[in-house]
Amino acid sequence: MSAIYSLKIKSPADLVELRDNFLKRTTGFRHTIYICGGAGCISSHSEDVVQALKKAIALRGLAQEIRMVSTGCIGLCAEGPCMIVDPDGVFYGQLTPEKVRMIVDRHLIGGRVVTEYTYFDRQKQEYIPYTKDLPFFNKQVKIALRNVGRIDYSSIEDYIGHDGYAALSKVLTDWGRDKTIQEVTDSGLRGRGGAGFPTGVKWKSGHDQPGDQKYIICNADEGDPGAFMDRSILEGDPHSVIEALIIGGYCIGANKGYIYVRAEYPLAIERLQEALEQARGVGLLGENILGSGFDFDLEIRIGAGAFVCGEETALINSIEGKRGEPRQKPPFPFQSGLWGCPTIINNVETLANICAVINRGAEWFSSYGVGRSKGTKVFALAGDIVNSGIIEIPMGISMREIIYDIGGGMKDNKKFKSVQSGGPSGGCLTEDHLDVSVDYESLAAAGAIIGSGGLIAMDENTCMVDTARYFMEFIQDESCGHCVPCRIGTKRMLELLQRMTNGEAEEEDIENLETLAKTVSETAMCALGQTAPNPVLTTIKYFRDEYIAHVRDKKCPAHICAALKEYTIDPEKCKGCGMCARGCPVNAISGEKAQPHAIDPAVCVKCGSCKAVCRFDAVVLS
Amino acid sequence: MGEVNQTAVTSTEDILLQRIRQVAAMNKGKEGNLIQVLHMVQGVYGYLPLEVQEIVSIELGIPLAEVSGVASFYSFFSTQPRGRHTIRICLGTACYVRGGVTIVDTLEKNLGVGIGQTTKDGMFSFEVARCIGSCGLAPAMSIDAVVYPHVKPDEVSGILQSWYKKDEEEGVI
Repeated sequence: MSAIYSLKIKSPADLVELRDNFLKRTTGFRHTIYICGGAGCISSHSEDVVQALKKAIALRGLAQEIRMVSTGCIGLCAEGPCMIVDPDGVFYGQLTPEKVRMIVDRHLIGGRVVTEYTYFDRQKQEYIPYTKDLPFFNKQVKIALRNVGRIDYSSIEDYIGHDGYAALSKVLTDWGRDKTIQEVTDSGLRGRGGAGFPTGVKWKSGHDQPGDQKYIICNADEGDPGAFMDRSILEGDPHSVIEALIIGGYCIGANKGYIYVRAEYPLAIERLQEALEQARGVGLLGENILGSGFDFDLEIRIGAGAFVCGEETALINSIEGKRGEPRQKPPFPFQSGLWGCPTIINNVETLANICAVINRGAEWFSSYGVGRSKGTKVFALAGDIVNSGIIEIPMGISMREIIYDIGGGMKDNKKFKSVQSGGPSGGCLTEDHLDVSVDYESLAAAGAIIGSGGLIAMDENTCMVDTARYFMEFIQDESCGHCVPCRIGTKRMLELLQRMTNGEAEEEDIENLETLAKTVSETAMCALGQTAPNPVLTTIKYFRDEYIAHVRDKKCPAHICAALKEYTIDPEKCKGCGMCARGCPVNAISGEKAQPHAIDPAVCVKCGSCKAVCRFDAVVLS
Repeated sequence: MGEVNQTAVTSTEDILLQRIRQVAAMNKGKEGNLIQVLHMVQGVYGYLPLEVQEIVSIELGIPLAEVSGVASFYSFFSTQPRGRHTIRICLGTACYVRGGVTIVDTLEKNLGVGIGQTTKDGMFSFEVARCIGSCGLAPAMSIDAVVYPHVKPDEVSGILQSWYKKDEEEGVI
C-alpha cells in the first residue's frame, strides 16, 4: 500500500498503467478467496476466521498460490461469517476458525469442495455449494454493488483494477459536461434514496443554475430502520461513491463536495476516510485532476443521531452546524442550498450507479428494469426471512421472487403475512401483492413505496396494529418539532394506536386515526411528516379486521400486544418440574417442587420463555 | 489523603477543560463545524454539561443558545454523565419483529433503570438504537463495540455479568 502513495496519477495514461499492473499482479493465482468484512459478519466474529485462514494458508506454504481478499458485504448476512472461493464459485457460510482450517486442507489442497460447510437449502433439504446454483445469488444483477464483495475495500489499486476512475477519465478527457449529463439522463437512473427523481435532470438543473460557488453532497444519512444498503456500499466500495461525486461536481460546476454520514456508522466513516486519503494521495482529489485543470475536494461530515437529517434541507442545515430542521421549499437546494449556494444532493446508491452508467452506457443500463423504473435496486432483506442480507435485483421482478427465491422463504416454515417496504415512509403489503412488480410505479400504486430499500418480511406472528404503532413511535421520537402537523399530529396518532394495543380504544378511533393520518400527510412541512402516516394507512387498508379485533373484541389475533395477552399455567398439566421458573428472566414463576407452579402477572414481562421450555404444554397463552 | 485526591481530581478536570478549549479553538472560524466540534469535545469530556457548552460557545464565538440548541437536538449528545459502558438495544424494524422488545423488558428488570438512564453504580448507560445494521442477526444488541447477535431473554443476565467480571479483572471496579 505504501508504494501507491509515492505514485501520482497525473493523466489517463497513468491510470491505465496502474490498472494493467494490478491485473498482471493478481492473475495466476490458483484460488482467490473473497472473505466478507461487512458489518454483519464482523459482529459474527469474522475477524477470528480471517486470522485463522491467513495462518492456515501461511502454514501450508500456499501464500504464493492463493490470493485472499477482504471484501465488503457479500450479501448473505444470515450465513455470516462467509466467503466465496474462486474460480470454483463455492460459497461457504457460518464459518469458524476450525471450519476454515478444514476448508484449506480439503478444498484448497485436496481439491474437493467441503459440501457440509456450504449453503444448506432447508426446503430442498440439500446443500448447494456453487453460487451459480444458489437463487440468492443467481437471481441478482449487481450494478451498484458490482464491486461490493468482489474487491478489497481498503485498496484503491483493486478499485482501479476493476475499471475504477475510468469513468472519471472518460468524462474529463472525452465527454465533457453536456454529454455526461445527457448520458445519465438517457439511462433513466432515478434517485435511489426514496423520492425517485431523475438524476440527470437534477444534475442539469445544477449545471444550468448560475453561481460561482456550487456544492455537491452525498446523502449517507441512511436512517430508515431495517435499511443498511448504503452502509454496505460505503464499507465495501467507497471509491465508487467518491468517483461519482467528482464526476457530479464536474458536471454541475462544483469544486467542493460533502459526504454526510450518520454517526451510527463508525466503520463506514473509517473506510470512507481512508479512501479519501488514498484518492488525495494519488492526486485523484485535489488540484488539476488527471491533468484536466479541474479541481475538486471532498469532506466528510458526521451526523449526530437525527433521522430527520436524511431530509435534504435538514441535512443542509446539519452540515452548516445547525439543528437539523427542514427548510421550506421552494427555494429548492439546486437554487439555494448549502450556505445559500446551488447544491445538488444525491444518495449513496444513486452515486454508486453513475460510473457503471458512464462505463457501459445508458443503453446497457436501461436494458434492465421496466417502464420508467430503469436499472436495479438494492434492498436490505430482513425480518422473519431465511436469507436476510443485502441484495440487488433488476426492477420489475416480483415480490414473490424476492421473498421466496432470493430470500429462501419464511423462517421456521411459518406463514407469510406481510412485507414492509420503504421504512417509516412506506407501507405494508399482503400476500395478494406478492406478484406485484417491484418498481417505483407499481409499489406506489399498491400503497407502499420502494423507498430507500428496506424490506422487512413478517410472518403470521406479527400484529399489524402493533407494527403501525412501532413506526409511529419511531416517527414521534424523530419528529424535529418544527411544524405542528408532525409534532402534534403524530403524537395524537401514536396515542390512538397505543390505546388500541392496550385494549382501551373505541371503534370510532379507527376512523379518527384515518382522518388524522390524512390531515398530517396533507399538511406536514417535509417528507418525513408527509409520509409518516403511510404505515398506518396501509395497515388499516389491508388489515382492517385486525384493527377491529383490537378495538371491538379487545383481542390481538397474533398474540403480540402485551396488554391483551396473559400467560398462565394449567395446574392440571403442570408437573412442577421447575423448568419454567429456572428459565424465567424476571423470576415471575414460583411453586413448590412437584407442585403446580404459578406466574405472577405483575412481574411477568410476557417473553414466552416459559411456554417455550415447558415439556408438558402446561403454559397457556390467552 | 483526601486533600491529595481532591487536587488530583481538579487537575484532571483542568486538563480536560484545557483540551476542550484547544479542540474548540483549533476549529474557530471553520464554517459550520459546530457539530463536529461537539463530537470531539464529547469524546474528550464524556458528555456535554452546560459549563462545557459555555467553553465551546466562547472559543467558537457562537452564542450559547445556539450551542445548547444543537447539543439538545441531536441524540448523540448527552448533557448527563454516562455509564462506563453503553448498552444499545436495537429496535430497528427487523429486531422489533424478531422480539427486540422482550429484550428491552428483560434489560430494564435486570438493570433497574429504564431507557435513556444510567445504572446507579455508573456501570451501564441504557439506550435504544434505531438500527445497528445487524438486521440479519436480529434481535441484536451492542455493549460498547461488541455486538451480540440473536439475543434471548435468558442470556441477558449472563451477558451483563460478564462485563462486571471483565471490569473486575481489569481493576476498573
